[in-house]
Amino acid sequence: MTDTAPVVEPTLPDGWELVVGLEVHCELSTATKLFCGCRNRFGDDPNTNVCPVCLGLPGSLPVLNGSAVDYAMRLGLALNCTVNPAVFARKNYFYPDMPKDYQVTQYDLPTSTDGHLELPDGTVVGIERAHIEEDTGKSTHVGGSGRIHDATHSLVDYNRAGIPLVEIVSRPDIRTVESARAYASELRAILTSIDVSDAKMEEGSMRVDANVSVRPIGSDELRTRCEVKNINSIRSLGRAIEYEANRHIDLYDSGQTPRQETRHWDEANGRSTSGRSKEDSEDYRYFPEPDLVPLDPTGAQVDAIAEAMPPLPSARRHALADAAGLEAGSVALVVERGQDELALAAISAGADGGIVIKHLENNLADGTGELTAESFAALAAMEADGRLSATQAKTVLTDLVASGGDPTSIAAAHGFEAMDTGELDAILDRLIADNPDEWGRFVDGDRKVQGFFVGQIMKATKGQADGKVVNMLMQQRAAG
Amino acid sequence: MATTALEVASAVRAGERSARAVVEEHLAVIGEREAEVHAFNLVMADEARERADAVDAAVAAGSDPGPLAGVPVALKDNMCTRGVPTTCSSRILAQWRPPYDATTVERLTAAGAVIIGKTNLDEFAMGSSTENSAFGPTKNPHDTSRVPGGSSGGSAAAVAAGFAPLALGSDTGGSVRQPAALCGVVGVKPTYGAVSRYGLLAFASSLDQIGPFAHTVADAATLYEAIAGHDPRDSTSIPEPAAPVSSWLDDGVDGMRVGVISELSGGGIEGIASDVQARVRVAADALAAAGATVEETSVPSVIYGLTAYYLIAPAEASSNLARYDGVRYGLRVDGPNTEAMNVATRTAGFGDEVKRRIMLGTYALSAGYYDAYYGKAQRVRTLIIDDFAAAYEKYDVLLSPTSPTTAFELGAKVADPMTMYVNDVCTIPSNLAGHPAISVPYGVGDDGLPVGVQVLAPLMGDVTMFRVAAALERSLP
Amino acid sequence: MSSPISRDDVAHVARLARLELTPDELDRFTGQLAAVLDHAADVEALDVTDVEPTHHPYPLRNVQRADVVVPSCDRDEVLAEAPASEDGRFRVPPVLGEEA
Repeated sequence: MTDTAPVVEPTLPDGWELVVGLEVHCELSTATKLFCGCRNRFGDDPNTNVCPVCLGLPGSLPVLNGSAVDYAMRLGLALNCTVNPAVFARKNYFYPDMPKDYQVTQYDLPTSTDGHLELPDGTVVGIERAHIEEDTGKSTHVGGSGRIHDATHSLVDYNRAGIPLVEIVSRPDIRTVESARAYASELRAILTSIDVSDAKMEEGSMRVDANVSVRPIGSDELRTRCEVKNINSIRSLGRAIEYEANRHIDLYDSGQTPRQETRHWDEANGRSTSGRSKEDSEDYRYFPEPDLVPLDPTGAQVDAIAEAMPPLPSARRHALADAAGLEAGSVALVVERGQDELALAAISAGADGGIVIKHLENNLADGTGELTAESFAALAAMEADGRLSATQAKTVLTDLVASGGDPTSIAAAHGFEAMDTGELDAILDRLIADNPDEWGRFVDGDRKVQGFFVGQIMKATKGQADGKVVNMLMQQRAAG
Repeated sequence: MATTALEVASAVRAGERSARAVVEEHLAVIGEREAEVHAFNLVMADEARERADAVDAAVAAGSDPGPLAGVPVALKDNMCTRGVPTTCSSRILAQWRPPYDATTVERLTAAGAVIIGKTNLDEFAMGSSTENSAFGPTKNPHDTSRVPGGSSGGSAAAVAAGFAPLALGSDTGGSVRQPAALCGVVGVKPTYGAVSRYGLLAFASSLDQIGPFAHTVADAATLYEAIAGHDPRDSTSIPEPAAPVSSWLDDGVDGMRVGVISELSGGGIEGIASDVQARVRVAADALAAAGATVEETSVPSVIYGLTAYYLIAPAEASSNLARYDGVRYGLRVDGPNTEAMNVATRTAGFGDEVKRRIMLGTYALSAGYYDAYYGKAQRVRTLIIDDFAAAYEKYDVLLSPTSPTTAFELGAKVADPMTMYVNDVCTIPSNLAGHPAISVPYGVGDDGLPVGVQVLAPLMGDVTMFRVAAALERSLP
Repeated sequence: MSSPISRDDVAHVARLARLELTPDELDRFTGQLAAVLDHAADVEALDVTDVEPTHHPYPLRNVQRADVVVPSCDRDEVLAEAPASEDGRFRVPPVLGEEA
């Protein structure tokens, strides 16, 4: 922590500090499951990717997927963790979607420990551990309203059972809702850029649980925390934390204390609800998994994984921000979409960094298609020197994405040529004549009517006028 | 049955006897005595005939069906047989039909063997008398008022009664060797990891090991070679091929050093019967006469073996048996919700001994007790391994009784679990250490019932163990 | 010395293990488990703090398989063994616990 003033969550009442740690489960995108050769694939027909091992049939035994271990170590290194010798353990509890009624996980000796992750705004969040474990199957609750509480029965599909997960546990270093969201986004960016997970929250391949507590500002105590589960999007994550923190504060304000428990985020109603009390099931009786042997990666193995590591989002953000002359935070989206390589190439071909980032952020969310660095740079140059208006540039860009080509000829084909000011003067004359009252107000300094004139001119020129030029003409006229 | 497995295989391979005829002979013996002995949960007469015909067809076609060609093998009913009920002698598995074969079953088939039936056991292999079976006890063929030992009592009795020349059992704390001793046959627990556990219904994963029963050491060695060797489906499988144990059987013990474990031979643990101790002394003398140096030696921490075992094995079992919850296979007793269904199913499906061990193991692992019980027991395990290591610096093999007594009366020990547990006191240390050990029938006790002498060897010492066992066998009149 | 396991302890582990015991069974099992744990007193007295635990009798490390797909089971064969199934899935009574 730095010695600057504490970062305060704006949605909390004065005097309270938010303390959040996140536990993120991500499914590794290996070809097969963690302990058997069944396909690791989302969306297949129920119970078609199952075998004696992942169904936990009597007599079956697990054999560890080497790729899952490699992916987990790559992730550990990407999170600046120490990669350790590790031991699998059994976590014992009954649940119908867990075929063996124990989960194989890493307990006291996890693969990765003590790392950190840097958010786009420079905040650093500590990583306590990142361990390998197996996923459970999936239950569908049938009858009633389809929710667990009033279902008549449940149906279980074990396709997901045994899919490799890494659980990444942060330290309780997060102080704002925005940082929590940024942490989840950043983690997703890392997971996808090092190619170990799809990290799709909507498909459940990345699941975020939040450990939330609050404390008076200035205190360094850790008060009772609640683990909020069932958060299905980054937006929900923010809402859930805000709700939970305020719930705690209300309890403290009324002289009560929160109970340490697992709570479920109810997105529809915007609140968390208490899980059923499970006094007994908290005793998981961990012990070393006798069917698996310890993991003891050699230094050479770890070094090889580190050397093959692609550039990570934070490094890529810094590189692009430097090249574009912007803040690291303002290029985060472009890096997250993996468009930084194109951006850097366009900038090094002479494009203005601001224009490149603006187009990538606003107009290229669906991909860059046939757009090349050279044509992107040429387009940016035309826009920068006024040969194309922003609107025209966007049209040309759309064509470049769809089918490539040369921006100059595309612009010409669209009839986009910088309009001479004589033409615009004539249009403006006509508008002033038709709208003398509005013009009078503009001349008197009412800038609100400026938009009206610009809009009318754009309409008359079918959007081909350059907004900057129009503004300049109007200023000249009013002053003249 | 007069002929050995090796003689059967040799005759079948040579086309001198048909595998079908061999099967029919054994089915006839089963027909005569099975009602009395109850060795089997299931006699696979049709499957065995079909399989024997396939072996005969292979011989007729000029191909070699393998070293166990046409030899009937009885299989403990805790190894998976695809499409054939595998029950662990438990109500909870009902008539579960696995969708896969255990590795041992695949290897038996590949060696030309004919599986003749699934044998009775103490439920989930938890017991030393085969009285804990949900399907009724197996009787000792030598005296049907007595137990055959356990938990692989059905397999031991099947071989002793001549139902099959060979059988497989599983040995977690002595479950092959102790019934072998009580039934007067050879029983082997290989080095942990020598035989794949894939398809063996787990009792205690770090202790379980599949092993052979036979009338002779040479037959047991042949069966061992057929089933041992690396299996990529078992992470704890030793990454080496099966040790060629048969080729050393005739090499004798001249110059070998043999230690008789004093703690298991009247000098530490109480309750080792004097007639059993006497047979171990005769065996020791016989090895000395064959050229070995024989001495008494101490392996001090073996006296803690029983305690460590009865914490470790139930702990692992409590987790291994959680999956029998009525959701995916086997018995379900319905309830208003899944939790109640789990409870009703497990309460109705497991017998008392299984429940006892599940609760004991759950306790040994539970918060606040792990260090005192499970954690400590795993450290004691290290002490035992260290003491064995010290002994094996001085000796090639160790000798002890297999079972403290000869076969006891049915019902004699069922009321008091602790009395029953003491039956495993001589066999447990090898499981805790992962070491190989073999029980060789060596005469009879005062009651005229068989006594087994145990030969223990260090980790991966299976060759030496078989070699000494063969010498011991040759020393019998 | 006091009993190493109480009737309440046995009731607790029975709940953890999803077993139901009658009052008689509870008494009997408590006595039997106490007898086994009494026997463990000799081991409890041992000082093994400097001794490493043994979890695997044969010391192997890093046993892994290649990430290669092998055929899965036939669903019908698997569901044929299920006490209840519906729409290609295992059917169970309603679940009281929270969603995982």
